Amino acid sequence: MIRSTRARKGQRGPVQGMRKDHRSVADRILRVLPYAAAALTAALIGFIICYILVMGIPHISPDLFALKYNSTNVSLMPALINTVLMVIIALLLAVPIGLGAAIFLAEYARRGSRIVGAIRIAADTLAGMPSIVYGLFGLLFFVTMLGWRLSLLAGACTLAIMILPLIISTAEEALRAVSDAWREGSFGLGAGRLRTVGVILLPSALPGIIAGVILGIGRIVGESAALIYTAGTATDLPQGLFDSTRTLSVHMYVLASEGLHLDKTYATAVVLLVLVVGINTASLLIARRIQKGLTA
Amino acid sequence: MISAPAKLATRDLDLFYGDFQALQKVNLEIPSLSVTAFIGPSGCGKTTLLKTFNRMIDLVEGCRITGEVLLDGEDIYHSMDTNFLRKRVGMVFQKPNPFPMSIFDNIAYGPRTHGVRRHSELEEIVERSLRNTALFDEVKDRLRHNALSLSGGQQQRLCIARALAVEPEILLMDEPTSALDPASTARIEELVCTLSEHYSIVIVTHNMQQAARISAQTAFFLLGEVVEYGPTTQIFSDPHDSRTLDYVAGRFG
Repeated sequence: MIRSTRARKGQRGPVQGMRKDHRSVADRILRVLPYAAAALTAALIGFIICYILVMGIPHISPDLFALKYNSTNVSLMPALINTVLMVIIALLLAVPIGLGAAIFLAEYARRGSRIVGAIRIAADTLAGMPSIVYGLFGLLFFVTMLGWRLSLLAGACTLAIMILPLIISTAEEALRAVSDAWREGSFGLGAGRLRTVGVILLPSALPGIIAGVILGIGRIVGESAALIYTAGTATDLPQGLFDSTRTLSVHMYVLASEGLHLDKTYATAVVLLVLVVGINTASLLIARRIQKGLTA
Repeated sequence: MISAPAKLATRDLDLFYGDFQALQKVNLEIPSLSVTAFIGPSGCGKTTLLKTFNRMIDLVEGCRITGEVLLDGEDIYHSMDTNFLRKRVGMVFQKPNPFPMSIFDNIAYGPRTHGVRRHSELEEIVERSLRNTALFDEVKDRLRHNALSLSGGQQQRLCIARALAVEPEILLMDEPTSALDPASTARIEELVCTLSEHYSIVIVTHNMQQAARISAQTAFFLLGEVVEYGPTTQIFSDPHDSRTLDYVAGRFG
């Protein structure tokens, strides 16, 4: 007995030592890995941004911002304005519906009920669908069946449907993250659901909701496939909701595929980049101001 | 046993969470304008019973109730509007839960919910509620500041003030001092005693000394049953049931 324990003890020494070595190597790798991954990600983003800036900035010229597009100035101004219009209209459609759905799911529906399950499956499926499928749907439904032609409205509706699941899931999550103590406090004072949601929950959930909206804006601004089939590629400013338009991304796609103005395409990309950063910063500032106004 | 007219009474109240029976045949009569304490070990149904009094229990899914809860003789589960019931039966929670807004708006939230719009009237209510909870002098210069900037004890008094602002008849308190330091606890206990001149108070507590200090009658709960209910002095000095004696003597729980 004694000998065997000793023998085992004797064995354990070197084995433990080796293990320790192993562990410290694995430890080191695991400690370095996240940093490496983070560095790689940052480097990639940095490289892409630098590449676009270097290729694009030298070709930014005043006539790139002319109010009217022609094939010599390849102005991006109409596309820029269209992008902003598209974002505004798509959000006007998607945010109220999405927020309403999120409020229903988080506050009104019984958890685990069948409707909730069905809505969630639908939303998840929609979220995973490639944008070209939305484009095709928009073409068949809005453009052809409803007869809206290739238009701002058809494009905006298609994009609204596309970002709806995103708005719903982020807003629902934001609402669920609000402390139950505040719900109890509000109900305990005799407030109904509507007042509780409107006065207590929405202000607290606002940062999360805005985050979802910003992601949605990003998808709208970056979308090209779904828009080519629904909003078309007209270069002029639209005269109304039923006129064809091109957004900046579509504009870039067309320029690049025509292949005549690659340098101007890069310049356009720089403007697109600035636009995205600008919109995101603006929405963050607005959100902060709204929240301050609500909680002060 | 208790001769004063019952403000709140339960008749054969059973409550189930799914298959689990959390309350069994509870029959209690809670008199008006005094402090009633619920004591007992964790999970014995004190808070559950408290939450049936203002139907906060409705928020719990899979919860089923049989029997009656009578407020001034009227069954609150029969045909009473829940929001109106909660205006009449206010609640203070275990952890202070002021809303993330100003001190003023916190207190004005309830009155605004029930239709008070005039600013002068709201100001009056806020001041009265804060004075009733001895908080006014501490916060009168910063009514517009965020309520979350207050200390824990102040927050809880704010929550009491918020509950009083809708002029309830009954105040339910669910271990209101369990998250507070001794000094804040003492102030709240003092407050409960003063408030009982105008409100019927039901307080759930883990702390037997607290129940002994502030309540006029005490109910002892065990495994979803009311083992014994009577004047506090009797429960603590001369209980009829041996389980009550064991509990108040600190032999379990």
